[in-house]
Amino acid sequence: MEIRGRSVLITGGSRGLGAALGRTLARQGARVMLVARGGEELTRVVDEIRAQGGEAHGFLADVGSKDDIHRIAGAAAALAGPIDVLVHNASTLGPTPLRLLLDTECEDFGRVLDVNLVGPFRLTRAVAGGMALRGGGLVVNVTSDASVNAYPTWGAYGVSKAALDHLARIWAAELEGTGVRMLTVDPGEMRTAMHAEAMPDADPATLADPAEVVERVAAIIGAAEDIPSGSRIEVSRWAPAASGPRAVA
Amino acid sequence: MGARRVRAEGGRVKTAAWPRDETEAERLLVVDPARGALADFAIRDLPGRLRRGDLLVVNDAATLPGSLEGRVAGSPIEVRLVGPAEQGTWTAALFGAGNWRWRTEDRPAPPVLVPGSTLVFDRPAGAAPPLRAEVVGVSEVSPRLVRLRFDRDGDALWSALYRRGRPVQYSYVRAPLALWHVQTAYASRPWAAEPPSAGRPLTWRVLGEARRRGVALAAVTHAAGLSSVGDPRLDAALPLPEVFDIPAATVTAVQRAHAAGGRVVAVGTTVVRALEGAAEGGALRAGEGRTTLRIDGRFRPRVVDGILTGVHPPGESHFELLQAFAPEALLRRALAHAEREGYLAHEFGDSSLILPRSL
Repeated sequence: MEIRGRSVLITGGSRGLGAALGRTLARQGARVMLVARGGEELTRVVDEIRAQGGEAHGFLADVGSKDDIHRIAGAAAALAGPIDVLVHNASTLGPTPLRLLLDTECEDFGRVLDVNLVGPFRLTRAVAGGMALRGGGLVVNVTSDASVNAYPTWGAYGVSKAALDHLARIWAAELEGTGVRMLTVDPGEMRTAMHAEAMPDADPATLADPAEVVERVAAIIGAAEDIPSGSRIEVSRWAPAASGPRAVA
Repeated sequence: MGARRVRAEGGRVKTAAWPRDETEAERLLVVDPARGALADFAIRDLPGRLRRGDLLVVNDAATLPGSLEGRVAGSPIEVRLVGPAEQGTWTAALFGAGNWRWRTEDRPAPPVLVPGSTLVFDRPAGAAPPLRAEVVGVSEVSPRLVRLRFDRDGDALWSALYRRGRPVQYSYVRAPLALWHVQTAYASRPWAAEPPSAGRPLTWRVLGEARRRGVALAAVTHAAGLSSVGDPRLDAALPLPEVFDIPAATVTAVQRAHAAGGRVVAVGTTVVRALEGAAEGGALRAGEGRTTLRIDGRFRPRVVDGILTGVHPPGESHFELLQAFAPEALLRRALAHAEREGYLAHEFGDSSLILPRSL
């Protein structure tokens, strides 16, 4: 998929992977709509992209809130054009320090599912119908190895990501033949604010720089038409083009 | 799009007062002008009424959060956005005191505004800071039709509109409508002042089944305008010029359907206006345009062969438009049948398919 001229909507766009992906795709010529809850950080990223000659828009919203879903989809389409690529990057760990399931409040568990699972479902539902009508589009779900490994204290987050992975596979099965593709990408451990909250003692030297990871994520988006819809891809193991993509289904 | 209600004729058709859960079970009155025949179906039967090679064209405009409540010089006012106008301004219709529970024709007129009047939109309370707009032009048609310049544009304006605005409300509806009540299953750019409601009952299961049967699907984006405003002078001028965008793929799909003997079926009157407006010069052309086309029984469609629409009584502008597709006597017979059989009308009502050789 040619990235230049595409309308790209990224949730969780004010920092970490989302902001870095926004910068990279805007540099490659995409019209980028960044959604986040945090105003100042979001404005800074949008201003920075514009200062470098890219097209970016910002919209304050909470993907975990039903009221905000059509606002996000509508504002993105109004400002950046009919959405070609939707990246579900926003997610929450729930309260930190992370806690055992036996110590997790049910409301906190529900909030994690609202942001990490129900929000992406709602937003995909609001956007993918238009994509199917136009005959093409890409939805990227950002996941984690916590979706496949049972790490103690990562219960709510891990369950939300496992369900998001499976949701993408079912979307892919249902959207087959429409031109709308689904990919799930696991970026690996990165030096982000979210990682620092979850694992404050981790050695930053062992963590990837989001700016480097997004170059590979952007390449995956660019190569999406060659990757089976519904694939789950570990970014660190993905090899572009020549030898064919190594999608881990 | 809401039908313009000029007279109270056909008032015996009952009204759907709330979106129904099972849209595929909503009723579909099939009218075949080639045979002069009527038959009752449900929305789920729509694919079976179409044939391989037919083309279904929908309007993918999302509905604007175009109803804004605020004050002007201390008096309450409601603004309904019609759409963007020249140089970053917006065309809007004004409503006086009262709220969505009042019929538009019963609402007091808004204060007369002049260029320079400032409107302050501070509802809902608490969402700081208020959005403001200045009147920069007043229409000669009616003092209630104005051009506004908001105090912000771009990202900041769209944020404020989605924070402050809500879809246009209807007095017959049970409770306030949210955006999710009015969006179609394929909505994209928010261009419609009121919902393109003919597509509302279409689920992706129905659209997918139509495709599997060899029916093609295409889109236009058409800025469906406001329905009745309650001001006779303004209502008589409706529909106002409307903006549309026809993708090249839709032009190709229309040509392919007609070349193969298929029928082009418009989902809603807005699609008819867009396609026929874009073909006014002769051939259907891709791209953005603007139409002032008024369609009635004298109009000979160049592109559209049939229409999926609501249940529209005589007296509505929609009823006039439908006469381009079926004789008035047949439409009146269809309406009498709909009344007798308990069909429901208006935005959340039942549907009719007017299409030659559909029975």
